[in-house]
Amino acid sequence: MNIMNVDYTTKIPNNVNLTEDRQVLKALEGWHPGYLDWWNDMGPEGFQESLVYLRTAVSVDPKGWAKFDYVRMPEYRWGVLLAPQEEGRLVNFGQHMGEKAWQEVPGEYRAMLRRLVVIQGDTEPASVEQQRHLGKTAPSLYDMRNLFQVNVEEGRHLWAMVYLLQKYFGRDGREEADDLLRRRSGDADSPRMLGAFNEATPDWLSFFMFTFFTDRDGKMQLESLAQSGFDPLSRTCRFMLTEEAHHMFVGETGVGRILRRTCEAMREAGIDDPHEVERVRALGVIDLPTMQKKVNLHYSLSLDLFGSEVSTNAANFYNAGLKGRFQETRLRDDHRLTGDTYPVLKWVDGAIKLVDEPALTALNMRLRDDYTNDCNKGIERWNKIVKALGVDFEFALPHTAFHRQIGEFKNMHATAGGEIVSDAQWKKVRDDFLPSTEDGDFIASLMTPVSEPGEFASWIAPPKVGIDNKPGDFEYVKISE
Amino acid sequence: MAAEDKKLANGATHIDFQTDPSRYRHWKLAVDGEIATLTMDVDENGGLFDGYQLKLNSYDLGVDIELADALQRLRFEHPQVKAVLLRSGKNRVFCAGANIRMLAGATHAHKVNFCKFTNETRNGIEDSSANSGQHFICVVNGTAAGGGYELALAADHIVLVDDGSAAVSLPEVPLLAVLPGTGGLTRVTDKRKVRRDHADYFCTFEEGVKGKRAVQWRLVDEVVPNSKLEARVADRARAFAAASKRDAQGEGIKLTPLMRTIEGDSIRYRFVGADIDRAARTATISIKAPEVPPPADPEAVVVQGAAFWPLQVARELDDAILHLRLNELEIAVLVFKSEGDPAQVLAYDAVLDACKDNWFVNEVRHFWKRVLKRVDVTSRTLVALIEPGSCFAGSLAELVFAADRAYMLIGSRQGDNRAPPKLMLSAMNFGPYPMSHGLTRLQSRFQADPSELDRVKARLGQPLDAETAEELGLVTFALDDIDWDDEVRVFFEARTSFSPDSLTGLEANLRFVGPETMESKIFARLTAWQNWIFQRPNAVGEAGALQRYGTGERPQFDMTRV
Repeated sequence: MNIMNVDYTTKIPNNVNLTEDRQVLKALEGWHPGYLDWWNDMGPEGFQESLVYLRTAVSVDPKGWAKFDYVRMPEYRWGVLLAPQEEGRLVNFGQHMGEKAWQEVPGEYRAMLRRLVVIQGDTEPASVEQQRHLGKTAPSLYDMRNLFQVNVEEGRHLWAMVYLLQKYFGRDGREEADDLLRRRSGDADSPRMLGAFNEATPDWLSFFMFTFFTDRDGKMQLESLAQSGFDPLSRTCRFMLTEEAHHMFVGETGVGRILRRTCEAMREAGIDDPHEVERVRALGVIDLPTMQKKVNLHYSLSLDLFGSEVSTNAANFYNAGLKGRFQETRLRDDHRLTGDTYPVLKWVDGAIKLVDEPALTALNMRLRDDYTNDCNKGIERWNKIVKALGVDFEFALPHTAFHRQIGEFKNMHATAGGEIVSDAQWKKVRDDFLPSTEDGDFIASLMTPVSEPGEFASWIAPPKVGIDNKPGDFEYVKISE
Repeated sequence: MAAEDKKLANGATHIDFQTDPSRYRHWKLAVDGEIATLTMDVDENGGLFDGYQLKLNSYDLGVDIELADALQRLRFEHPQVKAVLLRSGKNRVFCAGANIRMLAGATHAHKVNFCKFTNETRNGIEDSSANSGQHFICVVNGTAAGGGYELALAADHIVLVDDGSAAVSLPEVPLLAVLPGTGGLTRVTDKRKVRRDHADYFCTFEEGVKGKRAVQWRLVDEVVPNSKLEARVADRARAFAAASKRDAQGEGIKLTPLMRTIEGDSIRYRFVGADIDRAARTATISIKAPEVPPPADPEAVVVQGAAFWPLQVARELDDAILHLRLNELEIAVLVFKSEGDPAQVLAYDAVLDACKDNWFVNEVRHFWKRVLKRVDVTSRTLVALIEPGSCFAGSLAELVFAADRAYMLIGSRQGDNRAPPKLMLSAMNFGPYPMSHGLTRLQSRFQADPSELDRVKARLGQPLDAETAEELGLVTFALDDIDWDDEVRVFFEARTSFSPDSLTGLEANLRFVGPETMESKIFARLTAWQNWIFQRPNAVGEAGALQRYGTGERPQFDMTRV
């Protein structure tokens, strides 16, 4: 069988030769009905019968993995697709550096590996749950289609993690796979494991910010797992990254189109000062200061996903060869880090300072720094749009210490500029930095659905290019009445 | 972080066991009628020593000192409380157990003392339930790992949140190359009766067990979803309170701060004093008899409260023993002496016996029992010197029976016009103060021939001189004035020349004669196994698990099975 062609001979599309892996096939088939129930309960509400113009991975070949066609989402072909195996791949970091990459789980790392897979797996269905009501307020069919694309691919990423659990982790793995369907975002009884995945995604601006900031954390995590010495995990994550790129695209262009529309509307109305919030809002567009507050919110929530700056788990994962750094193989050092240090932002004697910590335990901080750099590139592109339209406003990421629930700065209040303030002061200035209830109400007031092909809501500009190069009035979603 | 460099936080010069709720940094004690809530919310930056942070509700000795204080106050200050909820103030974390960085940086002696104290505290929880009708319900709202689960194990009932994440675990073996040292293994098998193969799996699986399996395997009593948790916990609290036999009316008594001065090598309380002789490596603990007769009735006893002599002496003695254990590591011998009128001591014992149905007297008796147990497991040579002017009677005589050796002077000393010393027994020597293995010190003493116990009991209340005491088997040697000084001196000199380790092992072996209980097994296994493992390079060597923990580097083990 050609590994580059997805195997459709069984119920579950895959390129891992499932037909000859009776045990895993059986486990997955057992899990499949539960997954479909979950999708029907927690997937996009109200659009399960609609025909959506989606891409489906039919092969992991770079040319062939994105095939577009109309499909009903419950019939989407969620498969198990891993990047092709590289001959002779090695463990590229940690104490096993230079050894052959593992094709089976090493017994001593089984618990650690399973934990990594479960945490990653838990985030995938969570965002589907968080976004399930958004279809009803989509600003266009184009955006609605993008939302559903992101949703089905997160669903497929769940499949990918479940495959690893069922193939490599025995009975415990199967139980964990069941629990991935049992936990629900924001549920009081069984919430998702990480904080940001229990927050609401109430509107489309939140959705775009989420895909820009929070999915980018996902990207960084996948990048570092793609370095794993456990080859099946590496291959799985490498393929997931090709899809994740689209999610970043949806977020970055979504926000970009909103602020483009705002700037255009301001110009048409002759408003120069972006801080004239009421006048700008009266135009039916979202003012830039509120967008900045959303940036502050989603960036800070996403920073928490990296965990404590100094982390034993991160050190263990790295040294064991299970989770590397961003672009590990391109870095020029010994890839062991046992004697190295890395500067970490800490709260020392009443001031925020950079303190050298052992590089191994500072890996969360390092990945977070890489993440911040990645975010800044997007921010720069947004600023270019604003500048090109002649509006005097610059977006910026808030300070690391701002609005944190995890890590070094969790027990204090800081402004977006990084000034530490008292509880009382924070109460006074909070709404200057984070969306207020009124801000949320205003955004919500704009969320009226637009479902005519080629039309867009007042607060968002059309995209420059259609998906799959389709024309502007293409009917991306055929809504079932 | 070398062990010798460990500095107490905030410039403290010694570890202090005195605290009160207004000074707690890690616990909150709230009382609502019959139900109390003890909330663990550890201040990360409130470590007893510099150099580590108490993350995720992990604990060090300082955290446990507050817990021990709270348990004590629940018994004395809150007579109405019949059920205690043990909970976490942290989100989705119950308790991550003993702080590993603290352990990695601590001296071996501190680690052992820490484990011993935390064991005593957890035994105290079970003692509160068994003897004071204060039943504990532990609400595990998230991770309960290692010492966190061991804390839960001390409760009568464990409720685990069923959220797909919350789990109980004993990850010491896979993560740290040590054992759960706070009774975890013993309580899992002997108290909760977890099947041994399940226990084997559980103790080698670092992530632990959650949900239904935790109930099926008996690791917890029930799992409850978050949305039903508060209602269920309230139900359980009411049910345990209703089943409590605690019968206490009126106000509690206030455990007022102990008056203590530490000057040079001497520690002074109202009735207890400790004098350290560093050259001789001894500490002499002297206890004074009460100066006035006891109150006539239980109501008057309660009015005395913390000033009631047996309670005050027990608190002072407890503090002194703990102080010497933790802060004076090179002292080899604790010498017990007493001073005053033995008849007064017996008069108070008579009250303890006659009024035992009064809740407060009951608490005092059980506190004395616990203090004496603390003495039993103190790894120093214990010696009682019974000299003229002493008052080793009843409760105080228990110190004589707890000692590894007891010397009693025959007659008086030349030039001393005080009467020859007398030893006296009371009802308190025949039941209320069992050791951890369930026998009284006198029962332990007369294992060879229980009829000797009856012979001794027949002398209850009588003053016994040295020769009689020796003949009855109550003291090791009766010595006259001519031999006394030399014999005692030579004994101390020989004793302090021995290896402290071999003495610790010897004494612990010989003190607990006869049967085992869960409680004695916990201490015995701590001594035998944990202390061995805690010394081995696989745990504490430079490449051992405790040193490597948190660095990301894997420990290197010597794979020889010993």
